[in-house]
Amino acid sequence: MPEASSAGNHGSALPLREMVEDFLYQEAALLDAWRLDEWLALFTADGRYLVPTTDLPDGDPQKDLVFIDDDMVRLRARVERLKSRHGHREYPSSRTRRFISNIRIKVEGGSIVVTSSFLVYRFRMGESSPYVGWYEHRLKRVDGELKIHNRKAVLDLEALREHGAVSIIV
Amino acid sequence: MFNPKNLIIDNPKDGVFRVHRSAMTSLEVVQMEQERIFNKCWLYLCHESEVENPGDYRRRNVAGRPLFFIRGSDGKLRVFLNTCTHRGALICRHDQGHADILQCFYHAWSFNNQGDLVGVPDEAGYSDSFNRAEMGLKSPPRVDSYRGFIFVSFNPQVEDLVTYLAGAREYLDLIVDQAEKGMRIIPGSNRYSIKANWKLLVENSLDGYHVRPTHKTYFEYVNSLGINTSGVQSAFSRPALVLGNGHAVEEHDGIRGRPIARWSPLFGEENKDEIAAIRARLVRKFGEQKARHMADISRNLLVYPNLLIIDSIDITVRIFWPLAPDLMDVTAWQLAPREEKPELLARRLDNFLTFHGPGGFATPDDVEAIESCQAGYKAEGVEWSELSRGMHREAIAEDELQLRAFWRQWFGHMSGLGKVETNDPVIRERAALAR
Repeated sequence: MPEASSAGNHGSALPLREMVEDFLYQEAALLDAWRLDEWLALFTADGRYLVPTTDLPDGDPQKDLVFIDDDMVRLRARVERLKSRHGHREYPSSRTRRFISNIRIKVEGGSIVVTSSFLVYRFRMGESSPYVGWYEHRLKRVDGELKIHNRKAVLDLEALREHGAVSIIV
Repeated sequence: MFNPKNLIIDNPKDGVFRVHRSAMTSLEVVQMEQERIFNKCWLYLCHESEVENPGDYRRRNVAGRPLFFIRGSDGKLRVFLNTCTHRGALICRHDQGHADILQCFYHAWSFNNQGDLVGVPDEAGYSDSFNRAEMGLKSPPRVDSYRGFIFVSFNPQVEDLVTYLAGAREYLDLIVDQAEKGMRIIPGSNRYSIKANWKLLVENSLDGYHVRPTHKTYFEYVNSLGINTSGVQSAFSRPALVLGNGHAVEEHDGIRGRPIARWSPLFGEENKDEIAAIRARLVRKFGEQKARHMADISRNLLVYPNLLIIDSIDITVRIFWPLAPDLMDVTAWQLAPREEKPELLARRLDNFLTFHGPGGFATPDDVEAIESCQAGYKAEGVEWSELSRGMHREAIAEDELQLRAFWRQWFGHMSGLGKVETNDPVIRERAALAR
């Protein structure tokens, strides 16, 4: 995978790989800390968050059943729900810890397409359930900052056996 | 000694209905359910649309048994026990696929897609008494379908499927008739487990009483999209309906809209005309009264013991199997008319995601609720769960009559009484008077 260096007027002198890695680690840290409003601010105004079902990882939400297909209206509502004491599956909130690796970066037109492997541990009520899979982040530069235009989390799990739900942001 | 007769208190005189919590926690109960319910009843396997073309197959467990279904080269859908007739290995090892010939990998016996044994390496190694014709793949004792829904039974003596479905048949018709060219299962399924007894999901799926308190965040979201849900309370004031044989339906006013055919902002301006056209077609075909029932009212239908069809802002088909007293596997699909326009299908799927499914704004809270009940049973000091709501009156959807209907039939099977009356006596008496 070629490493493009960062270019343009965004003020960062970091090579693209370092920028992208920092971005993903920062995103993971915000989610693990339940700083969900700050996490929302990482998205472009037309951002999307998609989680396909375990049996159809290429699922197209227009014609197939998926687990999650949020535009920013629903993603904001999801965050409000996660912060609410009426979001029962996450109240009390679970503890999570995210590991991201195998990061590959490709520049496609105006987008930086980043694929990575993830392992998200979730602990709650005496139980642990790991979500394992891969991300595709489509990032854009907005006013010199990286923003998420499209975030897809594809699960390698055969089913949500220990999990019962996708109640956290995977 | 465990006795199923001690698990339910059904006292209509005082309006008391209780279920002993050991019905949800005991391993003996799970074993007895397998023998007296899952080995005796008709059980949902699949929808015919899941294997459209000759050779298409899918595998699925039913009551713990590995099965697969395949459309033969002759166009016929068959169901087989997923085990080689030679030494037992699984024949079908992909969740889904396409095959003209299925070959067991162990000794390479081959079966065609109609189940016939067509290849045995070194067949000369067997005596003359070896008869290929008898060694084809085996089917469950009974397989039948009703309007595209395929059921199996492991009980050779089970009554015919239509008789078994009793009053649920009319409601399956009400759902299937919404489509002009038949229904199909949409690709992609929800597969998840819940750490709770399977009967708690039966209760939850038919329970109008929990909807407002449990799903507050869902209604907040829907309200924020401009849907007025202030009528949600009166929406659940329709009479609850018991359909015989343990089947039941909880119907409510479809105030959030329905793809067929009641427009609301959840379906977008782009679908307003299409939904109106569908509604007009239903009125032409079925008359105003039936069309209104089909198109304006939403329903959660239980086909006893464990098939749920939720015909609402989408149509969810949900099946679940006990693995242990406190663990079940759930699978859910979306059912839609074959002819549905892409824009309307997209909205239907979007609505599904909002409420249903493991990533929705409501299903995870149902999972949490019933897991919480299961966890609470460990306290032990409270022996009975209370399911008396509405027993003293003509029960409405927010009452617990539908749950009692399920439990009464469950009790009938478990205690050896067989088929029993499942309605509340107050309704039975009224019906008798009306006659």
